[in-house]
This record gives sequence, structure tokens and C-alpha cells, in this order.
Amino acid sequence: MVNIADYAGGQPAWCPGCGNFAILNAMKKALVDLALEPHKVLMVSGIGQAGKLPHYTKGNVLNVLHGRTLPAAAGAKIANPGLTVIAVGGDGDGYGEGGNHFLHSVRRNHDITYLVHNNQVYALTKGQASPTSDVGFVSKTTPHGASTMLNSLAVAIAAGGTFVARGFSGDPDHLAELIKSGIRHRGFALIEVLQPCVSFNHRNTNAWYKERAYKLEGTSHQAGDRFAAMQKSQEWGDRIPIGVLYRQERPTFEDEFPVLAKGPLVKQAMDPAQVSALLDEFM
Amino acid sequence: MAVDINIMVGGEAGQGVQAAGFIIAKALARYGLSVFADQDYESRVRGGHNFFRIRAGDGKVGAISEEVDILLALDQLSVDLHKGEVSSDGVIIFDSDKTNVGPGKRALGLPLERTAIETAKNKQSANTVALGAAMAVIGYDVAALKSVVLDYFGTGESGPANADAAARGYEASRAGSRWGIAKQASPASAQKRMMLNGNEAIAVGALAAGCKFVSAYPMTPSTTIMEYMAGKADELGIVVVQPEDEISAINMIIGAAYAGVRSMTATSGGGFCLMVEGLGLAGMTETPIVVLNAQRAGPAIGLPTRTEQGDLLFALHASHGDFPRVVLAPANVEDAFWLTVKAFNLADEYQVPVIVLTDQYLASSYATAEGFDLSKVQIKRGQLLSEGDPSKPEHYKRYEITASGISPRAFPMQSAAPVVADSDEHNEEGHMIEDAETRAAMMMKRQRKLEGLKKEISGPRTHGPPQADITLVGWGSTLGALREVVDTAAQHGLSVNLVHFAEIWPFPTEAANMALRGARRTFAVEGNPTAQFARVLRTEMGHQVSGAILKFDGRPLTPAYILAQLRKEVA
Ligand SMILES: Cc1ncc(C[n+]2csc(CCOP(=O)(O)OP(=O)(O)O)c2C)c(N)n1
Ligand code: SF4
Ligand SMILES: [Mg+2]
Repeated sequence: MVNIADYAGGQPAWCPGCGNFAILNAMKKALVDLALEPHKVLMVSGIGQAGKLPHYTKGNVLNVLHGRTLPAAAGAKIANPGLTVIAVGGDGDGYGEGGNHFLHSVRRNHDITYLVHNNQVYALTKGQASPTSDVGFVSKTTPHGASTMLNSLAVAIAAGGTFVARGFSGDPDHLAELIKSGIRHRGFALIEVLQPCVSFNHRNTNAWYKERAYKLEGTSHQAGDRFAAMQKSQEWGDRIPIGVLYRQERPTFEDEFPVLAKGPLVKQAMDPAQVSALLDEFM
Repeated sequence: MAVDINIMVGGEAGQGVQAAGFIIAKALARYGLSVFADQDYESRVRGGHNFFRIRAGDGKVGAISEEVDILLALDQLSVDLHKGEVSSDGVIIFDSDKTNVGPGKRALGLPLERTAIETAKNKQSANTVALGAAMAVIGYDVAALKSVVLDYFGTGESGPANADAAARGYEASRAGSRWGIAKQASPASAQKRMMLNGNEAIAVGALAAGCKFVSAYPMTPSTTIMEYMAGKADELGIVVVQPEDEISAINMIIGAAYAGVRSMTATSGGGFCLMVEGLGLAGMTETPIVVLNAQRAGPAIGLPTRTEQGDLLFALHASHGDFPRVVLAPANVEDAFWLTVKAFNLADEYQVPVIVLTDQYLASSYATAEGFDLSKVQIKRGQLLSEGDPSKPEHYKRYEITASGISPRAFPMQSAAPVVADSDEHNEEGHMIEDAETRAAMMMKRQRKLEGLKKEISGPRTHGPPQADITLVGWGSTLGALREVVDTAAQHGLSVNLVHFAEIWPFPTEAANMALRGARRTFAVEGNPTAQFARVLRTEMGHQVSGAILKFDGRPLTPAYILAQLRKEVA
């Protein structure tokens, strides 16, 4: 039996009231509900407040560079598909510095779950605008206000995403369910989480999100309909949908390699004699 | 050498210069000759001017000659550009319907394209007709030639058609037969020899070493490594990925290596620039990776298809902060194989990134090699927490502080021990820290690995008389050319020997001191404008070279060029 104590970790260095606490708890709850043991889970995180998350729980951790979360997570998954791989990072990490990796990881459909803590700000570096900051968001680096925000969920759907969802740290039970579905999904599961930053984002506060967030579950939304999903992804303002916007089954990147069907790469024998036939080809 | 033949195939991109050159080289290798062949090509797919030079001898051939005995000119430009390089008793083989050779050189005109259409129904096979003619001129056996052509084109339609085309070219030029290499060498007397280029040697070296994951972004001249490995991936049970960019490539292999799989990437200078932060990540997280940089002429896009030794200091210093690394620079195809194997072993044993530095010249030059004895390939994975070790998984410390600086490695899911690796400075458990004491202890732990590493690095090769007036100092792909300079220097009244480095970092200070102890005048010979290796000699052992012979025009250092410069220097 796996229980929540198995996922106990270090003392978080986040500000009191930060939305990251709820995301951490939701993730732990999801892992416990799925009865995954910590040593079978790999959290690959970037740099930012969000990227610190794996240090505050238990499991395999690869805390990498700012923006480079997804390639490292993909490499680890290919080496050992037996691992449950969860990538964790902020909005700046994933959509700014790591934008190219985001686009292509979604497209390739690696079998990993990606949590983007979207506080619409660069928090660790103390409050600059991010790619998802609201239009007009004034910060020290954007005195005239931020320009158009990146619609990351629409981008993910357009790029061939197979699981595109939004959660809210203010609804941790709902978020835990989303994380469970994401982990169970075969393929790349993007879960963007609305996360208030009490220190640097005084515009998109917990109350601001709470007023607007509404659940897609129980509405007529069809997550299998790509056009409907695209339409939902455009909603941002008075109402912000949370839940699974889009879901589709297609082969994962790892499915493309026949060698992985024989078992994890890390378990396969290393034998120099294997190349002797190759040497003959040079004769 | 009783036999020393130099053949050049020249033509436009798309005319089969590479194919013809390769077949000739392979045919000569099958005769038991030592072969060296380099390629000079432009960054384009059609048109322009490319050439392929083959040198074959009955001694060890390690470099190209600037003098050509037989020029196969597939177009007019090849005649115009290379006629001057043809030796006094050399021959130009050309298409008598299209090309004009003019006076001054012996020439053998054949209707190459017409013959190709008659035999292979395809003017594209003009290159095969021409190579048939060349092989007749040097007295090669026609049956042996046909078998090489068949091997190259396969048994489908094009195999027999091209074998016919080669035979027709051969028949048509019989009369001019000279050199008579058949008398001096033959397939029967030949011991089995491989012929391969530097990139192929790196790729098979990596496969032999148990590399199971490659992530690389195409960039000349490194691309054929990933292409070769992707072609063998299913057969050998490996995964080759072409990601979105080089940043992704290096971070992917770090992820895979962390998970326990031997992993590499291959690139050229520009791609290596993008990998630099990732290199530091491997250094900080102590993740073993192998990064191949096949240097090309830089900076920026530079000369995409041409050679340079311009990235040495960059490779030694790439990324911010200090961390141990290894830099190896193979001298030839044998080194390319064996140093790649060594790269994987050192990476695993010391948990460091290893950079293998080649260049376009080594990457795309073919050379004969004695077979690689696979029984000598050792796979040394270093200190691992043994499989499923249940002793104390709860207390596993990924970065345990040890005397050697090496902390036993565990892979995720190998046992119940979670493996925590961090790009931030961290404690022994792998969790991020900020206190000064732990930071200093961890930095020292990582730096201590250099002490062990230094013992692993082989010293320089030496060649020539123990005492000489002049000592040439080189590194990487120039070994063959430098050896030839040493061997022929006496004919020019010069007394020369050589000290050559293939294993560069950590710098083998003691062995270098020994090798350079008695040197009177030292000349650095390098493919860059600032004598980068001479700077390493100065900083690492306080040695000041007397002079430098440098080349940075994108073309390889040839024996003739080095000798000519040396004679100027000492005149
Ligand atoms: C290459 C590089 N550039 C810049 C930084 C500095 N940096 C650290 S975190 C960060 C932004 C963090 O924002 P986000 O990813 O949204 O995470 P948050 O702190 O908001 O959770 C930046 C710019 C860095 N570490 N590395
Ligand atoms: S700065 Fe913002 S994101 Fe960072 S811990 Fe504080 S509240 Fe959370
Ligand atoms: Mg943020």
C-alpha cells in the first residue's frame, strides 16, 4: 500500500499562500490514488518556483536547466519506459525558454505528463512578465504592459496534442483527478494549472481565478472533438474553463521504436561482438 | 613505397564523384593496398565543383598527396581547375564528346556519357565508365573491378549495368595501361582490410561500446554518424532521435544517461555552441554523456563542408563554471573507433561529459584499417550501486562525498532507492542547497575526479629520430600528414621529429614534458589561425613553441604544404 506519508519530502521554500502548495498536494494525492511507489516515479523539473516542487516530495528527481525539462524527460522515458515520468515547470520555463521543446514534445506525443504551473509571471526572478501574462500586465521589464498572451492550450491542440487540460490550484480535488487522468493517458498529457502568485501577480489572484473558473465536466463539451476543443481554448476572460479540453488516442513516440517493445533500453545487454557484422560490411 | 598512386575524381555535385571515388578506393583496398581518400565538396546538392582524392600505396598511407597521377574529369571545370596538379607522367581521363583538355598533359578521351547510355542506359553512369578506364590505366584486374562495382550497386538492375559500364571503360583504355599494380599487389595476396571514414568509425565505436541512445540534429560534417546509427538501430536495439534542435539533443541524452543508458550526441561547431549550457548540466549532475563535435570552418556558418581545428579552446572551456571534462581528438579512423570506446568508459567511470573532437577532414576521409579486435573492447561502467542492492536504499546518496570524488551511481527503478539529481548546487542526497560549506565541499568533490582522470589519459605519440633539429607538435586529424613530413624531411635536408596529441584533456602534463624534453625548436602545426594548441602547451606546461605552421582556409593540412612552410620557416 502506498500512502501519503511515502511522499513526504523537504520543507517548501515557497511564500505562504502560494498556489504551488495545493499543486504539490494534488500531485501527491494523485500518485497515492494510483498506488504508484515513489521509486517508480520520475519528476523532471525546470528552474523557477515551480521547478522546486520535486524537492518537496519523494521519488526520482532530475532537476534540470531553465526551459529544458521536456527533452530531459523524453530521454529518460525512452531509456526506461517503465518509469512514470512527470515533467514540472513554470509558464516562463515551458512556454518562454522552452517554447520550441514544448511545441515538438506535444507533437511527438512522448508518454509523459507535463504540469505547467501558470502564475502568469516570472516569480523566481521577482516579477517580470511571462508569455502568458495578461495583456497590459505591467512589470519592471514591461512598463508599457505585456503584449498579447500566448494561448498555450490552443497551441498544444494545434501541435497535435493528445491530452490538453487546465486545472486550478484553488480546486485541488479536481486537479488531482486531472493529474490522475493525465498519468493514465498514453501519450503527452499537458495539464496547465492556474496558480496564484501572491507575491508578484496582484492582478490574477486566487479570487480572480475563482470568480472565472468553471468546470467542463457536466457541460456539453466533447473532449474528443478537436474543433470544439479549439473553440474552448479561446475562452479567457469572464469565464475560464477548467478540465479536459481535448483528448485523443494515437501511438506514442515510444511506440515508434520496435526495440522498446523488447523491454527498457536500460535493461538491454551491451555486447561489443554485436557489431562484428557491421565491421564485415567495411571489408 | 614501390606503389604510390594518386587518383582524383572531379565533377559537379550530382555526377557521382563520391560514388566513383569510393569504388576506386575500395578496389585498391581490396588489392591489399593502404588507402587514404578525402572529399572536397561544396554546400550544394547539384552543380558546383566537388572532388574526391584517393591515394594508395604498399606502405602505410596516412594523408593525401597534392600531386595527381590520374585525373578523372567528369566535367570541363575539373580539367580547368586540376590540370596543373597532374604529374608529368600523369593522365587525364575525360569525356571526348564534351570536354577539351588542351595540350601539355597526357590525356585519354573516351565518350563517357555515350558509353554509359549504351551500357547502363543512363548517362549518370559516365562516372562508372571513367573509373573503369582509370583502373585499366593502373593495370587493375577487370574481374576484381566488376565485383567491387557489383558490391557497391547491389544485385538489382543497376549492379550488372554499372559493372558493364565499368568493363566498357576498362576495355576502351587498355592500350594506355601502365603502373601495372597487379604485379605488385593482388586480391589473392591481400589480407582482409576494412575501409571506412572517421564518422563510420565513431559510429561503430559507439555501438561497440554499448551506446543505446543517440539524439542529434543534422549538421555537416557530423550528420552521417546519426544516419549510420539510425540505419542500424533496429538491428542493434538502439534508439536514434532527431529532435527539434541541439539544445534538445543534449538535454535528451542527459535524461537517458541519468536513467542508465549509454548516450551520445553528434554535431558540429554551431550545434555545439547551442549545447554548451547542457554540457554544464552534465558536469553539475555528474551525468555521463559523450558529445561529438566534428569541427568545420567557423565562426557562425563558416564553410559548412570544410575542415578546421578551430574549436579546441572552446571545447576545453565551454559552459560557465568549473567542472571536470574529458576532451579526446582522434588522429585517424583507428583512433576514432578506440577513443570513442574510451570516451564512453571515461564518461561512465568518472561521471563526466566527454567531448570527442574530430573535423570534416577526418569525418569524411576514408582510410584502410586493420580490423578492430572486438574482444579488446571493454565496457567499464564504473561504480554502480549493484542491481537491486537492498542494503540501504533509503539512505542512498547520489552525491556521496568520497575520496575519489566518484559517488556510486544508481539508476531509477534499479532498487527502491529514489535517485535525486540536481542542476542547482546540492547536498549528498541531491537536494538543492545554498550554504557555503556544502557548496565548497561539492565543488571539491567534483574537481577531485580530475586526479583519477589524469591517470587515464595517454601521452602523446612520437615519431621520427629521438633527436632532431625541429620537433613538430600537432593534435587530432593531422597525424598522417605530419608523419609523412617527418619521413620525407631528410630528403629535403631537414632533421625533423614529431610529438602528436590525441588525448588532450585533462592535459597529460608529465608525458608531454617527457616527450618535449629534448626538443630544440618546436613548431605547432594546426588548422586554425591562432595556434590554439600552442596556447595549451604554454598554460599547462610553460612550453613556448618556436613557431607555428597554420592553415585556416578550410582545406586540410597536407604533407606538401607543411614541408613547404617549414622550409620557409627555417630558410
Ligand atoms: C538560461 C537561463 N535564463 C534565465 C534564468 C533565470 N530564471 C530563473 S527562473 C526564471 C523564470 C521563472 O518563471 P517561471 O518559469 O514562470 O517559473 P515561476 O518562478 O514563475 O514558477 C528565469 C528567467 C535561468 N535560470 N536560466
Ligand atoms: S513568489 Fe509567487 S510563485 Fe514564488 S513562492 Fe512566492 S507566491 Fe509562489
Ligand atoms: Mg511563472
